[in-house]
Amino acid sequence: MKALRKILDNIKPHVEKGGKFEKLHSTFDAFETLFFVPNTTNKGGVHVRDAMDMKRTMAVVVLALVPALLFGMWNTGYQHFLSLGQEAGFWETFFHGFIKVFPMIVVSYVTGLGIEFGFAQMRGHEVNEGFLVSGMLIPLVLPVDIPLWMVVVATAFAVVIGKEVFGGTGMNIWNPALVTRAFLFFAYPSKMSGDLIWISGLTKGEGVIDGFSGATALGAAVNGHIGNFPLWDSFIGMIPGSIGETSTLAILIGAIILIYTGIGSWKIMLSVFAGGYLTALGFNAIGLNALMQVDAIHHLCLGGFAFGAVFMATDPVSGARTEKGKWIYGFLIGFFAIVIRVFNPAFPEGVMLAILLMNTFAPLIDHFVVQGNINRRLKRVKVNA
Amino acid sequence: MELVNIFVKSIFIDNMVFAYFLGMCSYLAVSKTVKTSFGLGIAVVFVLAITVPVDFLLNKYVLSEGSLAWLGEGFADIDLSFLSFIIFIAVIASMVQLVEMIVEKFAPTLYSSLGIFLPLIAVNCAILGGSLFMQERGYETLGEATAFGIGSGIGWLLAIVGIAAIREKLRYSNVPAPLRGLGITFIITGLMGIAFMSFMGIKL
Repeated sequence: MKALRKILDNIKPHVEKGGKFEKLHSTFDAFETLFFVPNTTNKGGVHVRDAMDMKRTMAVVVLALVPALLFGMWNTGYQHFLSLGQEAGFWETFFHGFIKVFPMIVVSYVTGLGIEFGFAQMRGHEVNEGFLVSGMLIPLVLPVDIPLWMVVVATAFAVVIGKEVFGGTGMNIWNPALVTRAFLFFAYPSKMSGDLIWISGLTKGEGVIDGFSGATALGAAVNGHIGNFPLWDSFIGMIPGSIGETSTLAILIGAIILIYTGIGSWKIMLSVFAGGYLTALGFNAIGLNALMQVDAIHHLCLGGFAFGAVFMATDPVSGARTEKGKWIYGFLIGFFAIVIRVFNPAFPEGVMLAILLMNTFAPLIDHFVVQGNINRRLKRVKVNA
Repeated sequence: MELVNIFVKSIFIDNMVFAYFLGMCSYLAVSKTVKTSFGLGIAVVFVLAITVPVDFLLNKYVLSEGSLAWLGEGFADIDLSFLSFIIFIAVIASMVQLVEMIVEKFAPTLYSSLGIFLPLIAVNCAILGGSLFMQERGYETLGEATAFGIGSGIGWLLAIVGIAAIREKLRYSNVPAPLRGLGITFIITGLMGIAFMSFMGIKL
């Protein structure tokens, strides 16, 4: 580490104001803070004494994503060998998934960070760490068989249009990872939905055993075949689906990390689950089509519901910021997710779109909560006076 | 149940702004603050809620082919539907006059902040679009037409207050200089359209 510090100290004069490579300042700064967490803390009369910064926040979220990621890799392999009807050992299974998933992660990071560095350099602000999380979320919400160039196009779209035009990290209105997914969903629907894309190798169809269906649980539920996916399997996550979203268990581990460190809002998570549960319960009572009859608890374990609730809805930038607003925001996400799932045969995977929709209205919710506060206080003033 | 379907459908699925991109001019121009845009949105809801049923009655009993039969035998094959544009616009314009007077009397601050865009509701394509969609889709009863009118108005209101809140929040963002103002508003509208596409294809 000392040698690294020395190198950086040697370069530093050149990139500071007046130096030869002044323009590369933000690039240098990004690398310096990446290796050496800024540890300047306040010592005077201020109460902030911790070096808690965006880097650490993002690192915790990435850490919370690791269980889902590892399980996703293993499940990718598991589903692959299942479709071939072969037996494979744990490491072989995991390795197959690793080979499939790792390039997606690399591609999303390289594309996204490349654009971020470019923008930071041009606009003269620091490179922010926000993309560390988005870059990890993007592969996790995509189906495993998606071509890599699509990941590149979608990531570029999301980073430029979804984030950088608003001024970069912390200023975007929509969650970039969700924009990526929505972009792919509407631009290349054949690669984002259907029965074949969720399991690696199934699109080519070589050596797949007869009668094997790669449909996701929700795809099967539309036709009333939810019985093929018992609740326990959906909870553990041994079902086809996007890479990171299948295992509710792994996601809950991540949720515990987020809540314990205080980075993800437990209010949003709780209200999303509550909203989804109550809506599903209501639909159970009506029971008009096959998806309405799916058990309410089961609904929460299927598709991207848990993943969206824990990692996407809690995004502090694009979500509601007022405390009361968080409850409303979360509840409506759960509500809309189930409504879209049940009523829209085209998109049984409604969670991501529901979150995107509520991202749109989060500022409005905040606005009314704040206005409500102002009005209440004004009334109090009048009463006192 | 049918009425509820039409109402919900016209708010979310056939949203005037995000599904048909109608009424964009005032949507883009007046969406700077939530308060003003809320006022304009209410005005649009009000105008739509009255003009669509009125135009429905006109369409049913005066304009469409054979609708004059109630006057007597000789009128049964008269088709006045070529007049529908001009009659719809006349109804809308007179309604907007009324709204303008009401707003000026009861909410003078809103009146001044809306400025030219209040009388311009008369040529807001969302309003004329409402009447024309009503004609084209052939709603059967007055109730359906009213539900559709109110629903599309509320859909428009939702769109404009939504974008107004986003634009208020954007004041703290660091948008690149060339995009400030209308440019970023177009981008936001597009992304909001993507979010609203989640309702696309829902059959009620």
